[in-house]
Amino acid sequence: MNWITNYVRPTINSLFSRREVPENLWSKCPECGTMLFHRELTDNLQVCSNCNHHMAITPRDRFKALFDAGTFSEVAVPEPVADPLQFRDQKKYPDRMKAAQKSTGEKEAMLVAEGEIGRMPVVCAGQDFSFMAGSMGMYVGNAFIAACERAIERRAPLVVFSAAGGARMQEGILSLMQMPRTTVAIQMLKEAGLPYICVLTHPTTGGVTASYAMLGDIQIAEPNALICFAGPRVIEQTIREKLPEGFQRAEYLLDHGMLDRVTHRKDMRDELITILRMLTGLPPAVAADLPAPEGAAAETAAEVAPAPALVETPKAGEPQS
Amino acid sequence: MNYLEFEKPLAEIEGKAAELRAMARNTPEMDVEKEAEALDKKAEQLLTDLYKNLTPWRKCQVARHQDRPHCKDYIDALFTEFTPLAGDRNFADDHAIMGGLARLNDRAVVVIGQEKGSDTKSRIERNFGMARPEGYRKAIRLMDLAARFKLPVITLVDTPGAYPGKGAEERGQAEAIARSTEKCLQVGVPVISVVIGEGGSGGAVALATADKILMLEHSVYSVITPEGCASILWKDAEKMREAAEAMRLTAQDLLKLGVVDQIIAEPRGGAQRDRKAAIEAVGKALDATLAKFDGKSAEKLIAARRKKFLDMGRKGLAA
Ligand SMILES: [Zn+2]
Repeated sequence: MNWITNYVRPTINSLFSRREVPENLWSKCPECGTMLFHRELTDNLQVCSNCNHHMAITPRDRFKALFDAGTFSEVAVPEPVADPLQFRDQKKYPDRMKAAQKSTGEKEAMLVAEGEIGRMPVVCAGQDFSFMAGSMGMYVGNAFIAACERAIERRAPLVVFSAAGGARMQEGILSLMQMPRTTVAIQMLKEAGLPYICVLTHPTTGGVTASYAMLGDIQIAEPNALICFAGPRVIEQTIREKLPEGFQRAEYLLDHGMLDRVTHRKDMRDELITILRMLTGLPPAVAADLPAPEGAAAETAAEVAPAPALVETPKAGEPQS
Repeated sequence: MNYLEFEKPLAEIEGKAAELRAMARNTPEMDVEKEAEALDKKAEQLLTDLYKNLTPWRKCQVARHQDRPHCKDYIDALFTEFTPLAGDRNFADDHAIMGGLARLNDRAVVVIGQEKGSDTKSRIERNFGMARPEGYRKAIRLMDLAARFKLPVITLVDTPGAYPGKGAEERGQAEAIARSTEKCLQVGVPVISVVIGEGGSGGAVALATADKILMLEHSVYSVITPEGCASILWKDAEKMREAAEAMRLTAQDLLKLGVVDQIIAEPRGGAQRDRKAAIEAVGKALDATLAKFDGKSAEKLIAARRKKFLDMGRKGLAA
């Protein structure tokens, strides 16, 4: 499957200037040092083909690989008050924002999208670590809430890919208040009987971990992702001892009972489809089912495997709750 | 009296007055009372002036003052029949968070709060008010108990933050905090929080996601300590004054932002100078706030609490 041929609706495409094509065609894996050709890296969803190191992937690139035919539409996020505290450190907050917008081509640190995954309507939100370390402020909170609301409207499951260095300090206490705000939205989603899957990616830390990233019905992490409340450096300074190998990494959390699964990025899409179909009462997906071309009617019946004689076939496209 | 750094001029004047009086005791023929009284007056004026316009960083210092009344002081003084309830039923009893059944003016409630300790021994035992997952899980258990028996929940918030330790992380600090916040939002009984000292980040939110959030006049509530913020944004922890200024962590700013609902005035010179008066003020405010929730249904309470947080911050400082 070639992800390059995927396309996004032009209207969405033109909203923001796209990331420039990397001048450097080769990049070095930070884990094993292998030189990787950019196209190969893109095909591999930014995973090192030599050592399986999962590098950062932007929500936009992730969604292109996740939604059928790479097609999704963005869910509008209500604008928060810009620079609510009139914060300045060595730089003014609005200047930091502008710099982040310029370097990423994105508006803020979370992208919300809807579309179909395995011909099932799904709402996704992805946190962008390249945008001010994915930090959570009012916008990210609004985006998360918008994602939950859209999922409820469409009666669709929600999948959130978390990545955050922590709070958006320039929004001070309002950043902290996103913990209860996003939690309220999750409660509404759960009351609507819809699944909330949290995929924790490297790194997920601080208030994000201590709110929506730990409240999923199912908790999946990408391999070796750092997942923590307090970061390893802070802990080492506090307890004045060296932390064990792999501490706070996805596999360590899995061992300590804090996660359901650790899943390779290339398997994530299939796994999400499998889980979501079971949680929403749909029959199994047909193996090797190709993504539907854009605009094709989502005829569930067409993709459903012949139902086993003893199992009742549900009505096309209708999740059973 | 333990003086803070910015109170040094005050310490000098008060010291002088005490010295004069001590001298006069040894040499009875000396009459110093007039002079000493003048110094007293001067000290009083200085104290008023100092506390009238505390800078945010000074507020942080006052909020952390070791002589300030702590959770246990409030519980001992304001509540009767306090019956501590211990343990998270999974791993341990976390002494950084205390809680239990109690009566506030005869009304049965569940009270929960972080306790920092008052001397070296108790500070260590309380882990300086920094809870581990067990503390939050105990809080969750107590909130469930409160909801089941229709008892209001009162939380007293005073923590530098959740404990950043190895075991705490291994046992799911983040998950415990997330679930505690979630529980605050779920219970069908009134939840009232008072920030009595330091409201430190996620460790505070986990107990302060309430229908009404009250703050003592010189308490602070923030996403990170000013030192932490300074070391990240200024790359220099010594810039905590600037960070404290920028973060808007004072009760006064948080009221403007709509994050907290009410400020409880402290006695002159801060709660540490008249603990009894500060405790009484908190008791009065709690009583009045609780009365507002009499007769509200669980559904209404939960719906209003959700709306409050969903709307929070939508107006910024202009609110
Ligand atoms: Zn590699």
